Amino acid sequence: MESPEGLKYTKTDEWVKFEGDLAIVGITDYAQEQLSDVVYVEFMAEEGDSVSKGDAVATVESVKAAADVQFPVSGTITAVNEDLGDAPEVLNSDPYDTGWMMKMKLDDPAELEDLLDAKAYDAYNEEREG
Amino acid sequence: MFTPHTPHEIDAMLKAIGVNSIEELFIQVPAKHRFPELNLPEPLTEMEIASDLKEISSANASTEDFISFLGAGAYNHYIPAAVDMILRRGEFYTAYTPYQPEISQGTLQAIFEFQSLMTELTGMDVSNASHYDGATAAAEASNLAYHYFRGKRKKIVVSRAVNPQYRETIRTYLQGFDDVLVIGDEETINDKIESQDLIPFIDRDTAIVLVQYPDFFGRVIDYTKLVEVAHAAGALVAFIFNPTALGLLKTPRAFDADIAVGDGQPLGIPLSFGGPYLGIFTVKDKFVRKLAGRLVGETIDHDGKRAFVLTLTAREQHIRRERSTSNICTNQGLMALAATIYLSLLGKEGFRQVANLCYQKAHYAAKKISALKGFDLAYSNTHFFHEFVVKTPQPVRQINLRLQDHWVLGGYDLSQAYPELENHMLIAVTEKLSKHDIDDFVSALEEVTGV
Amino acid sequence: MSESTIYELSQSGRKGITFPEPDVPLTPLPKDFLRESLSLPELSEFDVVRHFTNLSKLNYSIDGGFYPLGSCTMKYNPKINEEVARLPGFANTHPLQPIVSIQGNLYLMYQLQEWLQEISGFHRVCLTPAAGAQGELVGALIIRKYHQINKDFRRKKILIPDSAHGTNPATSSMSGFKVIPLASDAQGNVDLDVLKTECDETLAGLMLTNPNTLGLFDENVEEVIRLVHQAGGLVYGDGANLNALLGVLRPGDIGFDIMHFNLHKTFSTPHGGGGPGSGPVGVSKALSEYLPSPIITIIEEGDEEKPPFFGFYKPELTIGTMKAFYGHFGIHIRAFAYIAMHGSKGLRDIAEKAVLNANYLMTKIKKDYVLPFNRPCMHEFVVEGAWKDIPDIHALDIGKRLMDYGFHPPTNYFPLIVNEALMIEPTETESKQTLDDFAKAMKAIAEEARENPELLHKAPYTTPVRRCDEVKAAKDLILRCLVPEK
Repeated sequence: MESPEGLKYTKTDEWVKFEGDLAIVGITDYAQEQLSDVVYVEFMAEEGDSVSKGDAVATVESVKAAADVQFPVSGTITAVNEDLGDAPEVLNSDPYDTGWMMKMKLDDPAELEDLLDAKAYDAYNEEREG
Repeated sequence: MFTPHTPHEIDAMLKAIGVNSIEELFIQVPAKHRFPELNLPEPLTEMEIASDLKEISSANASTEDFISFLGAGAYNHYIPAAVDMILRRGEFYTAYTPYQPEISQGTLQAIFEFQSLMTELTGMDVSNASHYDGATAAAEASNLAYHYFRGKRKKIVVSRAVNPQYRETIRTYLQGFDDVLVIGDEETINDKIESQDLIPFIDRDTAIVLVQYPDFFGRVIDYTKLVEVAHAAGALVAFIFNPTALGLLKTPRAFDADIAVGDGQPLGIPLSFGGPYLGIFTVKDKFVRKLAGRLVGETIDHDGKRAFVLTLTAREQHIRRERSTSNICTNQGLMALAATIYLSLLGKEGFRQVANLCYQKAHYAAKKISALKGFDLAYSNTHFFHEFVVKTPQPVRQINLRLQDHWVLGGYDLSQAYPELENHMLIAVTEKLSKHDIDDFVSALEEVTGV
Repeated sequence: MSESTIYELSQSGRKGITFPEPDVPLTPLPKDFLRESLSLPELSEFDVVRHFTNLSKLNYSIDGGFYPLGSCTMKYNPKINEEVARLPGFANTHPLQPIVSIQGNLYLMYQLQEWLQEISGFHRVCLTPAAGAQGELVGALIIRKYHQINKDFRRKKILIPDSAHGTNPATSSMSGFKVIPLASDAQGNVDLDVLKTECDETLAGLMLTNPNTLGLFDENVEEVIRLVHQAGGLVYGDGANLNALLGVLRPGDIGFDIMHFNLHKTFSTPHGGGGPGSGPVGVSKALSEYLPSPIITIIEEGDEEKPPFFGFYKPELTIGTMKAFYGHFGIHIRAFAYIAMHGSKGLRDIAEKAVLNANYLMTKIKKDYVLPFNRPCMHEFVVEGAWKDIPDIHALDIGKRLMDYGFHPPTNYFPLIVNEALMIEPTETESKQTLDDFAKAMKAIAEEARENPELLHKAPYTTPVRRCDEVKAAKDLILRCLVPEK
């Protein structure tokens, strides 16, 4: 599978989209495949909360696993995708678009450096599968 | 003993494996310590062990021969014959945890029914499949509250009128959290031990407030104000309940409790010197994903047929591992089944009868005992259910020793756990005791205190 | 043929077990405290008996068939255990009776403590923990307290092999430790090099299952223990796999500091459909005073005339009480009877036959399944429930199809370090016939996987219900019966 260009990725299977000083985060296609059917999403932070790089901001629960979602950067939460409460399965069907999870205002845009681009993330996945 | 292998079979198996002896299979065990001589008695046959254990058991006084007024967390109720007959079915008691629903519908449906009965009893929304006992259920309630607030609230406020063993267990379970404080029960303000005494301890750092209902002294208290104060401070409230009492009394939910936990031993489970018992854990809907322990849910199978499965398993230790909030694995499956059968057999009518009988007989006993010279009801201004406290003219320990000559097991000596309650006896009366038994007890008390 | 629930069977007005009218003068009920309604089902005794009898028929059980569940030790549950646990002199004793009136119980528990000590090589045993996981919690809390008493507050790390049972890391977290997973080497042993890098002054302890969950006896176990001790840490043994070591090796002898027993695994007490279990804990001399309270002890020595007088002891540095009262006494009785019937020779026979059965079965099954660790196993072994050339088949499918052959599936997806793991533990009470039958079924399924994988995907076909929609169960939460409106 080829990950969409224009997004950044983490080794813990989140994707991040940058729009100016706003960051949007979600889980990747690889993640949703590993988890299989998502049954519940729990948000651990809400609008207005300050979070640091690496803090767990949400938990995604499937029948066989529960995974934490982290923001790979620090900032203040501006929006949470409430629709995932009623329709958590969107994370499986459309992880990169309507499956967005949270938005935040960045503290320091320079923190982007550790992130992978689409090609690097795909290569990382191939390595894992091997 | 129970190994079926014949010498011929052993030979064939060793040959198939490719070794000459069984000992060879243990080559990796360090030679120095391999095959130690164990200093154990010579093995007994079934007939011999049956006889030996019969003898050992007869060295005990039991409620078979003695009339007992002991409660304090374990109660002598009548267990209908059908309960044990069903429990002894090998399909139930030799079955494993129902991880494979296709071949475990018996266990799964029984647990689902158990969960239903527990929520009905307590008025709460969800019950888990059981916990070890009431004490650990109370500890897990505290654990739940701590994680619910993500460790930001560090106080666990607990009433001194909660069973002392439960309070100690809560402390034991929480000692791994360096910053948590269990408070509210260490002050001995007076021997009245009011729940109102808890209010000063409740603040915005309180995760949970735990009270017992009826409390350890048997008292039925209106916790409305206390619940209000706790909720206003944003804290959770847990009621530790007695299930028999709920055959008669208002539910914890009616008081707006968030969590209701207790021990289900009174529901068809023998006294058995303290275990195995049955932890009951029920909560409001909003805590369902924070609930530790197994949960059975309803679903359908491939053919659209109704089926039951373990669900929300992602919370549990085998999946979340170090991020799970509790490590519980094996629970009290067979005991939950016992409680389910018991409540099914008694039903609405029978269970209410038992609760009423306990209430009536306890009140009769209280009246007659407090009429004795030197004896007084300790909390005469408070309602009680089937346990009450009397002040005694002599130390309870002494009284109880002498009562044994009358084939009576007297009530619990409260001074063992409450230094401020010297000469206070906690007496429990259940439906098993006749008026005659109670009258005998009263006469015996009169005689042994020689008053 | 679905069985109705008790609420569905309920008929308004039907009576079950009833009780006499009160034989005492009546006291009015407390009006302000009465509950409004009580919706319990209304069934006759016959309804109830028939209902639960029918439910039982939907269950697989040890009495009915083979459970090759790795790490569970599904051995035969002797019926004499059920008899003796029900002796009225035991079953009808209240835990708070004066100790002079329950000397029989205390004698039994004391003896069980002594026997478990002798079997495991530990100095002292506490019988109170309710299950293995609770025993583990005891272990973790003892490790914590030990370092605290020694004012060694830097020790926050617990090492847990990646093959460990999930309760191990869960327990460590509950005790305030940071969990560090420890890799296994290619032979399935703890990787000594990795271990060495973690052995520093922040090490609180190591939790080790030996034999491990791969069924392998760690070839370097003594060195592992030595390294941890040298770094100032303690070694906790998860006793789930003790069945392989009875009369063969005493964990205390090779340096384990603490260990829990699973009476419902090694000592034949029944699984009960998910409990009750019992998880006593044994410790070395240095840790004796940390055990939970209470322990049974001799208060007054006996002589030729009279037996010893037993009572309770609260260890001086106790971590506290794990629950109310003294543990699962009903289970202690069963384990006592079991040990008494086996003696030293009988216990060793158990381990020998358990290991014999596992190796024999492994020899037969490895012909058709991938064996990740091709070395003699102890009482259990792991195979892969998948083949590289049949990508569509998973361990789950094999397990489900086994049910059509009349067997309970092995433990699957555990340990995590083997791909599509199937963990198989036959136990010593299974006959060669049963093992041969099981191996035959596994072989047939391997062939089906190759020839007709779709058959496995939709299995099982012959069980009371077919594969269940677990996603639906988690999304549309229905956790109780619908109670009819009043």
